[in-house]
Amino acid sequence: MIYLELFLTFLMIGAFTFGGGYAMLPLIQQAVLSHGWVSEQSLIDFIAVSESTPGPFAVNISTYVGAEVGGVLGAVCATLGVVLPSFVILLIVARFYTRFRESRIVRGMMAGLKPAVVGMIAAALLSIAATVFFPAGWTTAVFVDPTWYLSAGIAILCGVLAFRTKWHPIALIGIAAALGVLGGYLLPAAGV
Amino acid sequence: MKDKLKTLWQVFITFFKIGAFTFGGGYAMIPLIQKEAAEKKHWVTDDDILEIVAIAESTPGPIAINSSTFIGYRVAGFWGAFFGTLGMVLPSFVIILAIAFLLREFQQFPAVQYAFRGIRAGVLALILKALWSMYRKAPKGLLGYLVMAAAFVCTAFLHIHAVIVIAGCAAVGLIASLLAERRAK
Repeated sequence: MIYLELFLTFLMIGAFTFGGGYAMLPLIQQAVLSHGWVSEQSLIDFIAVSESTPGPFAVNISTYVGAEVGGVLGAVCATLGVVLPSFVILLIVARFYTRFRESRIVRGMMAGLKPAVVGMIAAALLSIAATVFFPAGWTTAVFVDPTWYLSAGIAILCGVLAFRTKWHPIALIGIAAALGVLGGYLLPAAGV
Repeated sequence: MKDKLKTLWQVFITFFKIGAFTFGGGYAMIPLIQKEAAEKKHWVTDDDILEIVAIAESTPGPIAINSSTFIGYRVAGFWGAFFGTLGMVLPSFVIILAIAFLLREFQQFPAVQYAFRGIRAGVLALILKALWSMYRKAPKGLLGYLVMAAAFVCTAFLHIHAVIVIAGCAAVGLIASLLAERRAK
């Protein structure tokens, strides 16, 4: 029963993501890849799509994965799953929120959760970088492919722009896409 | 009854607007929520907005959903929370459904494939930026660095389930802070 599986998987992702946005990435990545629902490449493509469309990252990515796996109904199940935990928990917290905020238990857990999210996003980044630069495993064969240097150049350029300017992520994605198209037509050996 | 329905509609349409016009989600949404829900509608105060951000950070789930549920509830109880969240989710749900379909249609064109090859490299920079801002907000100190390293190794190399890593790190944080409190006494 694919719909139930989508719902339960995204329910768990929604219940265990703290911090929002990219904090969800490691969980999504692990769940989606272990089920074989979407390839890592499509997942990366979709992160870019999600940055360039309105709405929360979590809703975008669960709608997308749900739609890829089970059409419109799949999208409904995945999105409902990801939304439900925070909806229910916030309904409870909204009633006594000062007590919740000052709770020693909540604060103590956050002391462990915040650095955990940093470590896990770093792990997701490492795995995504490996997919981008070494799609066929760790070989030196990639170094003779001119498109490899194009990817490396785009990554460095976008990195510099992301940290040195206040440009919107959509602008960076646009530049990366334009350079990708340009390189694809101009460089030899453009196997994707 | 009529007033109640009108309020629910207001909540729905306000969050629909917020959901439809913020790119990037999460923190990018906070200024718009502040403007619409606090300045224009006076549903909550500016202090409430800060409170919401703090609560959203220590509860699971997307910040956008946390804030729409919280504010919706404050305005009109359960159904306020329901319609606020529905409004928040609906625009991106519809847009992404359309894009998922289009993406499948257009993926075969070389130009689209080239564009995505460039984009994949660019996305690395965006994730690195997100990682950096998360790092800056995380507590430093010995415990913080140890947890960061442990979570990284467990996820990247030992392939331990993310839920177990998160629960384990929360437990370590809780035990460490309770021990520190006891020592302080």
